[in-house]
Amino acid sequence: MATPPQFLLHHDGDNVAVAMDDLEPGTLHGLSVKEGTAYTEVLNHAIPLGHKFALTDIPEGGAIIKYGIKVGLASAAIKKGDYIHTHNMRSYRWEASRA
Amino acid sequence: MGYRRPNGTMGIRNHVVILPLDDLSNAAAEAVAKVIPGTLALPHAFGRLQFGQDLELTFKTLIGTGMNANVAAVIVIGIEPKWTNRVAEGIAKSGKPVAAFSIEGKGDLQTITEASRMAAMFLQDASGLEREPAEIGEMIMSIKCGESDTTSGLGSCPTTSEAVDRWVEAGGTVFFGETSELTGGEHLIADRCIDDACRIAFQNTYDKYIEVIESTGANLLGSQPTQGNIAGGLTTIEEKALGNIAKTGSVPVVGVLDYAEQPDPNKKGLYFMNSSSAAAECVTLMAAGGAVIHLFPTGQGNVIGNPIVPVLKLTANKKTAASMKEHIDLDVSGLLRYEYDLTKAGDMMMEVIYKTVNGRLCAAEVTGHREFTFTKLYISA
Repeated sequence: MATPPQFLLHHDGDNVAVAMDDLEPGTLHGLSVKEGTAYTEVLNHAIPLGHKFALTDIPEGGAIIKYGIKVGLASAAIKKGDYIHTHNMRSYRWEASRA
Repeated sequence: MGYRRPNGTMGIRNHVVILPLDDLSNAAAEAVAKVIPGTLALPHAFGRLQFGQDLELTFKTLIGTGMNANVAAVIVIGIEPKWTNRVAEGIAKSGKPVAAFSIEGKGDLQTITEASRMAAMFLQDASGLEREPAEIGEMIMSIKCGESDTTSGLGSCPTTSEAVDRWVEAGGTVFFGETSELTGGEHLIADRCIDDACRIAFQNTYDKYIEVIESTGANLLGSQPTQGNIAGGLTTIEEKALGNIAKTGSVPVVGVLDYAEQPDPNKKGLYFMNSSSAAAECVTLMAAGGAVIHLFPTGQGNVIGNPIVPVLKLTANKKTAASMKEHIDLDVSGLLRYEYDLTKAGDMMMEVIYKTVNGRLCAAEVTGHREFTFTKLYISA
């Protein structure tokens, strides 16, 4: 890749990706770290370096998958391209831990 | 190159430590370190009216710190002689020079005078010790990350993982811990345990720790993950845990250690040590267990050090690498820009490790970070 990836996901099949810079809404290019697959995605919101956005629609209660493993649940319905953080994602192990 | 101790262990630093038994003795210990510059006082907050397992852990932490191979000699100062001597005798089993002084009946000034005379001798003797060639197989490395963010799981933790695998393949021992911070990925660690005994010990340790946390019913958001983690984009404990686990290499887990427990010197490899995920507590416990060098991946920029163990900090967050330069030993943000691969990042990490082993000061040593923090199991009497 000539320019650095704007986002990375750990594995193909993850439904979230991580911003590699402070990103504005728009079309972005990225990579999966494990498989090296190239991705082009549309980001709906401005997000800071290190924050996440959705690669698929995720219904409320749906699993958030990162590293190929469930790392939380959607606490509200999430659209493809949406910013994901404590406002719409929560732990499934520590039920009391929510924003 | 390192320092061979009388019991055969290999250290990479040569500290003469002035170790207070209790909070009351901090003033005298710090005074001795001022009278004899070049010695190192380790003030801390506890040691009085503790009991049972909590007291035993404080003794274990104090004795383990004194026994650590980065320490050449120890002066123990306590308010009264009984517990002071108990700690000094524990350290003396390592064969290194140890002396004990107690304050009751003579006061701080007399104690400082006597202890300073001994400290002067210890320091001069320690300065005469020469470094000798050290093998990785003779040294214990510990790992723990902090103020992690999503770049940790993508860059600094996988880089640490490379170093862990290389260290263990070279015959060395590595500690990882952070019990609560495996939540959501604890099955990955259980699967890597070398046999059923190890797996059961791990699972029991994990379950017991989590039971305490969960029994509070608390909302842990802001504590675990921390506010720093959240600012860095980590949302849940499970997400944080998988980043944490990404630094543990791919080698099997050969044993499970309790807080500050020293491993069997004949059984090398990767050990899980039960520990808090709070940086200073965890590094202090691992140092008491015998670690002589520590790798600390950070995302948002933790500034931690330890008084006796060089804590090497690495980050893959380009903002942190630029804004907190004086705290960062290795910037691997290029990994996320695909400027080099993980093998190269591992090479860069090993180069920093070798330089540190050979005496180059790490960022935490240069900036004076000496966090010495005890794990308290429950209230004092």
